[in-house]
Amino acid sequence: MTAAAAPTSVPEVRTRGFARRNPTLVLGIVLLVLIVLVALAAPWLAPAPGDAGTATHPFNVLDGPSSAHPFGTDLVGRDLLTRVMYGARISLRLVVEVLLIAGLIGIPLGLIAGYFRGRVDQVIMRITDVFLAFPALLLSLAIAFVLTPSVQNMTIAIAVTWWPWYTRLVRGEAASIATRPYIESCRVLGVSHARILARHILPNSITPVLVQMSMDAGGILLTAASISFLGLGAQDPTPEWGLIVSQGAQYFATQWWFVTFAGLAILFTAIAFNLIGDGIREMLDPRRVVSR
Amino acid sequence: MIRYAAERLGLGVLVVVGVVVLTFLIARVIPGDPAVTYAGPRASKAQLEQVRKQLGLERPVIVQLGNYLKGIATGDWDTSYRTKRPVLSDLRTALPASVELVTAGLILALLVGLPLGLISARFHGRLPDVLVRIASVIGVSMPVFWAALILQLVFAQKLGWLPAAGEYDPNLYYTSPLTSYIQMPTVDALITGNLAVLKSSISHLILPAAVVALYPAGLLARMVRASVLDTLGESHIRMTRSLGFGDRAIYGRWALRPAMNPVIQVTALVFAYSLANTFLVEAVFDWPGLGSYAANSLQALDTPAIVGVTLIVAIVYVVLNLLVDIAQAAIDPRIRLR
Repeated sequence: MTAAAAPTSVPEVRTRGFARRNPTLVLGIVLLVLIVLVALAAPWLAPAPGDAGTATHPFNVLDGPSSAHPFGTDLVGRDLLTRVMYGARISLRLVVEVLLIAGLIGIPLGLIAGYFRGRVDQVIMRITDVFLAFPALLLSLAIAFVLTPSVQNMTIAIAVTWWPWYTRLVRGEAASIATRPYIESCRVLGVSHARILARHILPNSITPVLVQMSMDAGGILLTAASISFLGLGAQDPTPEWGLIVSQGAQYFATQWWFVTFAGLAILFTAIAFNLIGDGIREMLDPRRVVSR
Repeated sequence: MIRYAAERLGLGVLVVVGVVVLTFLIARVIPGDPAVTYAGPRASKAQLEQVRKQLGLERPVIVQLGNYLKGIATGDWDTSYRTKRPVLSDLRTALPASVELVTAGLILALLVGLPLGLISARFHGRLPDVLVRIASVIGVSMPVFWAALILQLVFAQKLGWLPAAGEYDPNLYYTSPLTSYIQMPTVDALITGNLAVLKSSISHLILPAAVVALYPAGLLARMVRASVLDTLGESHIRMTRSLGFGDRAIYGRWALRPAMNPVIQVTALVFAYSLANTFLVEAVFDWPGLGSYAANSLQALDTPAIVGVTLIVAIVYVVLNLLVDIAQAAIDPRIRLR
């Protein structure tokens, strides 16, 4: 019995040690995994999958929480638990897409600016200066305003706002790596610029960007919810959380459930992202204070 | 120092020009045919043609951009479709109310964030630290519009402790009329010694300011904590400790001081962020500032107004950034060399 248990206990202790050293990170991951599971399993878990779409139930309009509808129903009688569960799919996908697009625009530009310096660098950095002169919510709102409101256009609007941060970050890293002797050696050996960028500069400058991305996920989620709340993002019947809060706002004093659960979903998801971002930064921070 | 300031100023002007160009692209180029956006979906062909001529859309884009830049520089920011007034004069009445709200919010955030950050660092790893960190993560993760709704419901409608909306009690328009100098009721009331309005406007300010303060307070608490913890590891702190100074002197003077520079910078930057966030707060609290103006303009598809708000917030942001840079360079000569 003890002999059989011994080998399995070793990794267990190790994971527990990891959790004790990085409580923030582990808590965030656990929360996020739960949310991802709910999002993935929504079609099977949700009480009324049809309510994520155009279904209406005129006899159940604005019902309070009950065993049939734990989160209550909305103004056309749709089950809010179902809508909040499906909302997780929309929000998580949006965050991933924004990070991908912003990374795909921002990282190459930063690499080019930091590696080649000179005029290219000047032009790229002045452009990022202009973009960074707007608070993120404001610029994405303005862009979403001139596009047709939809989740897809909201994703584009936020990504267009977000890339300059990554350009800045990558540029700084790339510029410092570009001056290292081994890069010079590569040049002397006749290695092409493209290859140096892809094989040497990129892998060595990507870590801070990934950390920054993990810290930005919460902000992107909140920006998207805000845009939808203001009516420029998801449109009915899309079960987007910000939109649900906006639809419920005028009923809030009497039908509290309409606004509350969707808002809590935004809050918990943002907390999960922020905990992970904090946790990753703490884990990688070499100056971490261990004791006084 | 003067050279550094001039360089920064030049860069700032460049960024403002870029900002104007970007808003031009947003207003005139992305929508495809701006005339349709301007004239509305039900406009006739002749109306569209007229709008095109009026906006100068038949000219090359570069000429249009030139005219647009000239208009912005000379104070002609177009006319709002909704209010039928020049956008710039609309902004002149809306901006002060938002500045009042955001300033109150940031003061609140500093009053809460700084002590919490210090407490967190002082009791690092123990219960107070854990509690502060949980609170600050909630603060930065809170959807602002949702927090606004909840606070309004709980404190105004259910408990009735604070007024639900507006700048001050409308009954006071007649009993103690306020002479408005700068469109900020609290300040105007203070200047004119109008105590009734002052009391009422402060009580109206508390809830929206608390919502505005959520994010900056969480951010500041985290920053102060991290920064103080960093400083605590340094040798000059060990030195003061070995000289027998108590916690109070160490935390209050030597550990907090170096944290103040980034705190000032973040406070200035978060100001513009909060101006944009008032879009979500003011509509809920019916606060007559930029946010309400923007929210109403969004609904009315009022492009000139939206562009105007976007532009003014970006300009405020650039100017604040510039001031912070120059102030920091004046305080810390090392910055000028970078």
